[in-house]
Amino acid sequence: MTDPAYPLFYTFHFYLFGVIALASALAFVTRKSPVAAALWLVNVMFALAALYVMLDAHFIAAIQVLVYAGAIMVVFLFVIMLLNLGHPSEIADARGKWGKMAAGVLGLILLAEIAVVSGTRVRPEWVVPRGEMNRLLAEKGAIGVVADPLFTRYLLAFELTSILLLIAIVGAVALGRRSDHTTDPAEESAHAG
Amino acid sequence: MRTFDLSIPLDLTAALAPDISLMLGAMVLLLWAAWGRESIARQRAVGAASMLLCALVAGMVLFFMWTDSTVGPGPVAMDGFRWTADLILLLATFATIALSMDYNERERITSAESHVLLLLATSGMMVLVSARDLIIVFLGIEIMSVAVYVLAGMNRRSDRAAEGSLKYFLLGAFSTCFLLYGIALVYGATGTTNLTEIGGRVAAAGATNPLLLIGMALLVVGFGFKVAAVPFHMWAPDVYEGAPTPITAYMAAAVKAAAFASFLRVWMEAFPDVFVQWHYALWWLAAVTMVAGNLIALAQKNIKRMLAYSSIAHAGYILVAVLARGNLGSSAFLFYAFAYTLATFGAFAVVVVLSGRGDRYLRIDDYAGLWTVRPWLAGSMAVFMLALLGFPIFGGIGFFAKWYMLQAALDSITPLARLSVILVLTSVVSAGYYLYVVMVMFMRPVSRPDSDPQPVGRLTRWVIAAAAVLILAFGIFPDPVVRLTRSSVIVPIDR
Repeated sequence: MTDPAYPLFYTFHFYLFGVIALASALAFVTRKSPVAAALWLVNVMFALAALYVMLDAHFIAAIQVLVYAGAIMVVFLFVIMLLNLGHPSEIADARGKWGKMAAGVLGLILLAEIAVVSGTRVRPEWVVPRGEMNRLLAEKGAIGVVADPLFTRYLLAFELTSILLLIAIVGAVALGRRSDHTTDPAEESAHAG
Repeated sequence: MRTFDLSIPLDLTAALAPDISLMLGAMVLLLWAAWGRESIARQRAVGAASMLLCALVAGMVLFFMWTDSTVGPGPVAMDGFRWTADLILLLATFATIALSMDYNERERITSAESHVLLLLATSGMMVLVSARDLIIVFLGIEIMSVAVYVLAGMNRRSDRAAEGSLKYFLLGAFSTCFLLYGIALVYGATGTTNLTEIGGRVAAAGATNPLLLIGMALLVVGFGFKVAAVPFHMWAPDVYEGAPTPITAYMAAAVKAAAFASFLRVWMEAFPDVFVQWHYALWWLAAVTMVAGNLIALAQKNIKRMLAYSSIAHAGYILVAVLARGNLGSSAFLFYAFAYTLATFGAFAVVVVLSGRGDRYLRIDDYAGLWTVRPWLAGSMAVFMLALLGFPIFGGIGFFAKWYMLQAALDSITPLARLSVILVLTSVVSAGYYLYVVMVMFMRPVSRPDSDPQPVGRLTRWVIAAAAVLILAFGIFPDPVVRLTRSSVIVPIDR
């Protein structure tokens, strides 16, 4: 039942990476050890990146690997190791019966939503014509396709995001910094008493 | 009168001039705050400069209001609704910084960043109330929220502040997912994030698309979290209790007003034609919020928790304005937000004074006999409670706020008679806890072991006095506020 528009090569890789992503995701949620789970999540990210490439979204694929599989997962592993959560017994309480059931229900809701979404008819004028992405990629390059609207149409959103990041940094420093260096001990004991 | 063409970067910058000025000013102040040793004096100096900056930005807003500029299609709006909402937000910020300066000094919080974060949060709110694009709405909400998460935990000596801040952060992040998912689905259903274009396409196609309906429902959940409407209010009492009291006032007044202003704009510009689809959902949200907020508030012993549930109840009242739709609804909202801001800041300023160093006295029973010890403070607190209740004459502008809200509900295109009955009945219930505070202050003997009066900071005293005087004065002459809010309407772009 291969679609004549997609060559066998394409279909084969779609299913290959799809199966890898699904299997890795299943392994991710069933592992007892947090480190193993985190590594399986890296695998999911890589498989998704491959699927992005197949959708002609080369830039997003590269960012997916750099940011998610790279930076964010490293932070995950840092936290796991800093908190010394490497032993499965220590986090067993985080996966209670109710938590699992809630997650299952949420998963079913999302599945139902995918069914609804795939049943919705997309208005023909919003469907990107075949080959359009390839034409744009050839014309502007993988980054230009993203950068052009980002710095013209969505410039305001881009600048506001930088303000948001600034606030996050200031907030992290303000909360994380060692406190109380101006408080004298007498004041502190009076305060406690 | 000038029309700004938002596709030209220079015009876009000009249209956002007050917001951008506030951001730039806050960044300069941030550098100044970071440039040296932390001390109480520096904290006060940065605070004073922040208040000055607020006043300057308010002046810019007034200038725009006076020149009556308009915009073409684009990501931001320029209408009376935006400017009046900006003024209310800047007023709230001004009062918060004034209270914070005294509060931080008393609690030995020396970091001047809290004032800068307040300014940045306000800039996010100002962007939010002007936003005519769902992406900008999202960014405005996040700029506001991230700054407030930090502010809630600014008192690093308090465990409860840390708990409240973390809880707020986690639940806020969770609610952001709903908002973002809703935005994504609306985008999927309409192919645009611009409110004007969404409105046009929804009107053309009708709301039969399940994507659009799910997206709208998720947007309601996202906004419901931010305004603390029942059943999305779980975070509010703990966060309000744990946060530094001036920040609690800021959350109760400004964060709520900004989120509601955006809620109104999104609903009036993007979804006015599919009224039938969202009417009942919001109707029940308003009714449940009013009933549950007021009933739970009755059981509270802690004044900050009581005011938290009271602010949840007020979110229910304001939701009636969203349901009333049209210009009536938006003016009623602005009037209500103004009155509520005054009363909230007054009440929380009194709480700041009476809680004492380390926030030791927060039970309502600690206020017993206040009338005999500090008659002025007790009198002002009585005015604030009556204003929140909506009591005539002594509650000043609070009465007109409720009156105006009821009028909007009954005069709207689809009169909300049953909801108005619920509003009135729950307001009567709310007398149970507002008047209890008044009763404790005036009719109980002094109970506190150390009845030596806590010192009142000069700025705190000014905030209390100004709030009380304005509430009473506008209660007698509400005309200026009525005229301002009547002319401050959401002006959608012709599709």
